[in-house]
Amino acid sequence: MNLETIAAKMRHTLCDVSSQTKTPHLGSCLSCVDILATLYWRVLNIDPSMPNASDRDYFLLGKGHAASALYTALAYRGFFDIQALYEHGQTGSQFEEHPGINAPAGVETVSGSLGHALSLAAGMALSTKLQQKENRFYVLMGDGELNEGTVWEAAMFAAGKKLDNLVAIVDFNKLQGTGKSCDIMHLEPLEEKWRAFGWHTIRINGHDLNSLQNAFEQAKQYSQPVCIVADTIKGKGVSFMENDNNWHYRIPKADEVDMAKKELGL
Amino acid sequence: MRNAFARVLTELAKDDQRLLLFYADIGNRLFNPLKEFASDRTVNAGIAEANMASMAAGSAMMGHKPFIYTITPFTTARNFEQIKIDIAYQNQPVIIVGTGSGLSYANLGPTHHSFEDIALMRSLPNMNIVCPADAQELEILMPQLIELNQPCYFRIGKKNEPSVHDAEPALKFGQAHTMVAGEKVTILATGTIMPLAQALHYELSAKGINAELVSFHTVKPLDEDYLTSASARFDHIVTLEEHNVNGGFGSAVLEYVSDHTAAVRVHRFGIPDFFIDQVHSPEDARIKAGLTVSNILNKLVHRGLL
Repeated sequence: MNLETIAAKMRHTLCDVSSQTKTPHLGSCLSCVDILATLYWRVLNIDPSMPNASDRDYFLLGKGHAASALYTALAYRGFFDIQALYEHGQTGSQFEEHPGINAPAGVETVSGSLGHALSLAAGMALSTKLQQKENRFYVLMGDGELNEGTVWEAAMFAAGKKLDNLVAIVDFNKLQGTGKSCDIMHLEPLEEKWRAFGWHTIRINGHDLNSLQNAFEQAKQYSQPVCIVADTIKGKGVSFMENDNNWHYRIPKADEVDMAKKELGL
Repeated sequence: MRNAFARVLTELAKDDQRLLLFYADIGNRLFNPLKEFASDRTVNAGIAEANMASMAAGSAMMGHKPFIYTITPFTTARNFEQIKIDIAYQNQPVIIVGTGSGLSYANLGPTHHSFEDIALMRSLPNMNIVCPADAQELEILMPQLIELNQPCYFRIGKKNEPSVHDAEPALKFGQAHTMVAGEKVTILATGTIMPLAQALHYELSAKGINAELVSFHTVKPLDEDYLTSASARFDHIVTLEEHNVNGGFGSAVLEYVSDHTAAVRVHRFGIPDFFIDQVHSPEDARIKAGLTVSNILNKLVHRGLL
């Protein structure tokens, strides 16, 4: 299965799970599918049969409300059965609406409160360097998440310590919970902002799988942390969801899932 | 007490490569001896305490045993949500060190006072709370906290706290330490307020009351065995702390006793529910807070204890 097909299948599953389990944040999930597909199939040193291998790379989801996208990537990558995704948000489920401590192996940290993941990863990356290990750390943040001050505390620290085993990816879909992210806070010029904080910065189309893979490869070449600013579209892949912020919270009906499936070419 | 902390950490870090210190740009030369052989494990996290707390949790996930260290309000209240999620919920063995707790920095004003930290930390599942009374208690308890390998809040003083024990006490994490056995009344003190508790104990003796005196260094988990026994043995429990009377050590004692027996009265003494400002010294502030032997005795008389 090529990566485009995997991404399309993930998008359909996300719509179907959201519809059947009545869980929100579909738009936020759809915008980062290509980033996750690239990471889990082309970049991360991981083995689903040994999810806790000590030499693995770590992926941390900053935007915890996109938990379903992470669970879906892990399921398609073979960490657990795809059918298990339909337990999302149900009583007693490992797949909580925000990843909790009972999440299955493959989910590295708790998430849900924004602005924690980059700090956690900075501590992990620092420890790893002190231990002279080779693990690499990848953190996916939303553009709304960048409102949190801790992101910039972590950014300054990581650059100061030259944590070259740390990569941040900004899922820059231009929308946050209640409006346009660039209207709510002064985000742009985002690339320059990260550069000014001491990071090597790469800006790409976050839905172009080749560009994503190239950016992650390139990120290994620098002796400083790297931020990939990925321009994305909230709701990507389903025309009536794209750039419509209602889909931050809306749950699709069964016929809308069918329409999405057709649009995704499945 | 901060000197004792740095000294003990330096000693332990020589043999234990897992120990890692994050500090938020304070301490000046305090950690120079540690830096001499472990500069890479002596990490100035900058004046960014929220990030520091999460980073420590991250480093713990990778096998380190981290400490985070700064003045108490900045390592408990400023970064509370990071402690809640990354340290407590994810159950990471980070030791949160609040230096200059209570009224240690009285003259620096409410920004540097911490009368809410025990209340905050008490409310977190998985969190342990230890408040040594002096440098000796710190030295004995600190290795036990490292061994514990759980989230821990270590509430310490600043400097020149008087020694409260004549001989080396056999302190054990989680167990109240009886310094003087007594009857009718037991005085339970946690942390650097112990000298006041000793003075109160002395005054009660002068009045013919042979009270018990206890160093209650571990606030969480509370020594329930001691409190159960105390409820049977005493008519009155007096608690002392440099913390708001609401939500701190005294509240913890009161809650336990109330839930399990109504046979004993609990008298809580701490910082009243107001901000303390315009004071020159900790002593000055204690007077303002009513934390003096004479004031406590007056209240106990008023309540019919004496």
